[in-house]
Amino acid sequence: MYIIVVGGGKVGFYLGKELVNQGHEVLVIEKDKRKSELIAEELGSVVLRGDGCEASTMADAGTNRADVVVAVTGDDEDNLVICQMAKRKFNVPRTIARINNPKNERIFKLLGIDATVSSTDVILAHIEEEIPEYTLVHLLKLKQANIEIVDAKVAPTSQAIGKPIKDLPLPKDATLFLVIRGGDAILPTGQTILAAGDEVIALTKIESEDTLRRLLMD
Amino acid sequence: MRVIILGCGRVGSKLATTLDSEGHEVIIIDLNADQFRRLGSEFKGTAMVGTGIDEDVLLRAGIEQADAFVAVTNGDNTNIMSSEIARAIFNVPKVITRIYDPVRQETYRGLGLETICPTIIGAKAIKNVLEGKSAETSIL
Repeated sequence: MYIIVVGGGKVGFYLGKELVNQGHEVLVIEKDKRKSELIAEELGSVVLRGDGCEASTMADAGTNRADVVVAVTGDDEDNLVICQMAKRKFNVPRTIARINNPKNERIFKLLGIDATVSSTDVILAHIEEEIPEYTLVHLLKLKQANIEIVDAKVAPTSQAIGKPIKDLPLPKDATLFLVIRGGDAILPTGQTILAAGDEVIALTKIESEDTLRRLLMD
Repeated sequence: MRVIILGCGRVGSKLATTLDSEGHEVIIIDLNADQFRRLGSEFKGTAMVGTGIDEDVLLRAGIEQADAFVAVTNGDNTNIMSSEIARAIFNVPKVITRIYDPVRQETYRGLGLETICPTIIGAKAIKNVLEGKSAETSIL
């Protein structure tokens, strides 16, 4: 594949390096002279010095035959425009943008960017997973379907304890599909009764996550 | 008319004070509070510090009730992104985007943004004068 990486900072540099090692044809676009020289020194002639936001630079890079354009500069607005130009002016099939403000993820999707990567979100997710007790841990988010799989530990004070699952006020678009009790995995039915300390794996619509959390943990 | 102007440089501040003096409700946003000095003491509108590519800032500026949004920061991409947010997310009826780079302005005009490119306008005006015509002759 021909992959263009715009932005030769640390992310762009190591991304370029990995992609070269994987055998892809790679071009890193970087406007800073010193940074682009460093990349050329380390990775060889896979760097183009220029402003990746300028259409002329994109044309020089042969963007019209690129399979993927990845925009990893430190500015969200630049990454957005790079991906939009790649897609709309150069017909690049897949565009990926790094975003710094997690709130921009929705905006980028709405404006036609195929994929976004938010380092802030990734770190946040890790922090959440490191907090051990009584929170929902996000195992998997299926964005297109607006669904996620979460892992929750039933709190001793939970209102869900002692009642069969069928009688719990579960949000209607949430399903408990696995209960882990003392190391044993139980496939729950409507009759299963939850106990404090049970670990529950649930499938839920993203907007019902809060209701589910309150039911299992409050 | 309620107008939100992003960028309080020469153009932004001039537009803000003009609209303000004509009785419009003007909210002007800039990253740098020092820029608001350009507005002078007569300005009765609102000046807000913030970045225009942040939904929260735009919401605080009252973008949901805005009749028009004008992006005139010195960054083309900031102007483009904020305008797209104004148009696609908040459905502002009139969105005007300044883009210095002629190629980018052509692309985004094709994508439905109302764009103004001072580079093209300036070059045409100068060429008109060189040719002995009035600067404003068929400028757009």
